[in-house]
Amino acid sequence: MTIRIRDLRFAYPGGGFSLAIDDLTIEGGETVALVGPSGCGKTTVLHLVAGIVTPSAGTIEVEDVALDTLDESARRAFRARRIGPVFQEFELLDYLSVLDNVLLPYRIAPGLALDAAVRERAAALAGDLGLGDKLARRPRRLSQGERQRVAIARALLPEPAVLLADEPTGNLDPTTSTTVLDLLLEHAARQGATLLTVTHDHGLLPRFERVLRMEDLVGEGRAA
Amino acid sequence: MRDALFLAWSYLAHQRLKTTVLVASVALIAFLPAALQLLVRRGEERMGARAAATPLLVGRKGSPTELVLNALYFRSEVPATIPYGQLARVESSGRARAIPLHVRFHSQDAPIVGTSLDYFDLRGLRCAEGRFMTMLGQCVVGASVAEARGLAPGDHVVSNPEQVFDLAGSYPLRMQVSGVLAPSGTIDDRAVFVDVKTAWVIEGLAHGHDDVSKPEAAAQVLERKDGRIVANASVKEYQEITPANVEAFHFHGEPDTFPLTAIIAVPHDARASTLLRGEFLAPDEAQQVLEPTTVVDELLDTVFAVKRYIVAGVVIVGLGTLATMALVFGLSIQLRRREIETMRKIGGAKGRIAAVLALEILAVLALGVLVAGILLAATGWFADALVESAIR
Repeated sequence: MTIRIRDLRFAYPGGGFSLAIDDLTIEGGETVALVGPSGCGKTTVLHLVAGIVTPSAGTIEVEDVALDTLDESARRAFRARRIGPVFQEFELLDYLSVLDNVLLPYRIAPGLALDAAVRERAAALAGDLGLGDKLARRPRRLSQGERQRVAIARALLPEPAVLLADEPTGNLDPTTSTTVLDLLLEHAARQGATLLTVTHDHGLLPRFERVLRMEDLVGEGRAA
Repeated sequence: MRDALFLAWSYLAHQRLKTTVLVASVALIAFLPAALQLLVRRGEERMGARAAATPLLVGRKGSPTELVLNALYFRSEVPATIPYGQLARVESSGRARAIPLHVRFHSQDAPIVGTSLDYFDLRGLRCAEGRFMTMLGQCVVGASVAEARGLAPGDHVVSNPEQVFDLAGSYPLRMQVSGVLAPSGTIDDRAVFVDVKTAWVIEGLAHGHDDVSKPEAAAQVLERKDGRIVANASVKEYQEITPANVEAFHFHGEPDTFPLTAIIAVPHDARASTLLRGEFLAPDEAQQVLEPTTVVDELLDTVFAVKRYIVAGVVIVGLGTLATMALVFGLSIQLRRREIETMRKIGGAKGRIAAVLALEILAVLALGVLVAGILLAATGWFADALVESAIR
């Protein structure tokens, strides 16, 4: 699904950081790596595309939906259904099992209804990601790589149009990093999802169809 | 809502210790005032009912509370005694029926109540098994005593010695159970009833021993002079009154001087009640006549005043606990900001996230109230026993 950014301007309240992107288009199904030095705004770009933060000017369209036309609750609903976020720190809930972590969006997001079919799909997806025998375990009893796979399963379950991964391999060893990226690419391709990944691991860049460098992307934007 | 409840419950179950402490705190602040109210109300009902069923009490001048608690609830503190002759004084006035009470001794933890058969009539007590005592040395046991010790007519109970090492003190008397009272739901269930004369035997005012006047007892006699016989220590003193030795039991002293702890006076009418009370108002009168309801009302007024202070204290502690709980939940939400942020990032609706947090608080409150309810039900179940033990 296509992501279009036009004349985007963003600044955090109180100043200290601002970002400007004049024109960026990521085609549907494309796999893109976003690289750049720390603090240059890579994560902010993901948050803008996900509608977690809103720009002060400009437009962001995801799947032909202009996020600035949506209010907060509509953005959350859109995010739950069409955006699958994967975080560097996995962001799993310790008090839920692997299966319930995967099902979490269906328990808290509007427009996603949890039923037996979804449960079956979640179990199958977790099985695909090598977690089939660990569905009842708590995250703390999993390895780092397994936790990230749980997070990926959680992101993939609603079959999002866009996968946003913020340094998904940042906490993993090289072998596990490769495995996790393989899974992300494989499932993104299988679901026809657009994959936008922030990464510092330059060894993984050849795996992506396109690499966006923040210094090329940002027009007037700068890290203050 | 089901999903929010699931998430809230999962969190609470995961945080067992914190949840348990919070639930216990809520349960305590909900339970304490309610339990106090329940016990005071139950105590008021029970004490009030028994006092109302006891028109007047005659006893030695002194603490009215001590006299009422001993006479009505067989409380352990023994008031100063009055002579048995006062019973005749009340009866001869023609204004009231008089029932003697001698409440001093115990059989294990059950008070031994020395009285007359009129007492059972006054309290509406009847025998579920056997019959009332008809002979010196027999007793009737309350339903709880019989159940706890497995007693039936024909069994025996023994009075506690007052002082084990006092050779001159009262000796344990083995008493035969002639009957078991039907349950009354009052303190009478926990008592052992004997004729007042049997109580005096326990006190040592009467005793029975080998007949040393017979020629065959010569070996036990040290001296016979002027109709007075001095025997040696081999004379056997009876520890149980039986049909075979009952004739050997005899009192030493003038019965009118024997002690009673109180007399229950049942006036024939209101006028008789007033006149009887007037007879005991002389300045040099050693006895007092009390209306138990008045004494119990005064006692309950004190209890209510104390209860108000306790409830005020519990309310203050409760407010402090609730404030601490609010702080705990507030801090918990602060510590879980990242988790809440994750929910937001994956599209969690603001209302559902708030519902999860609110349900956690509600679940703790509901569980606390539930535990308090269970404790309160248990308190209600044991309230009568608790009230009685508090009185005793």
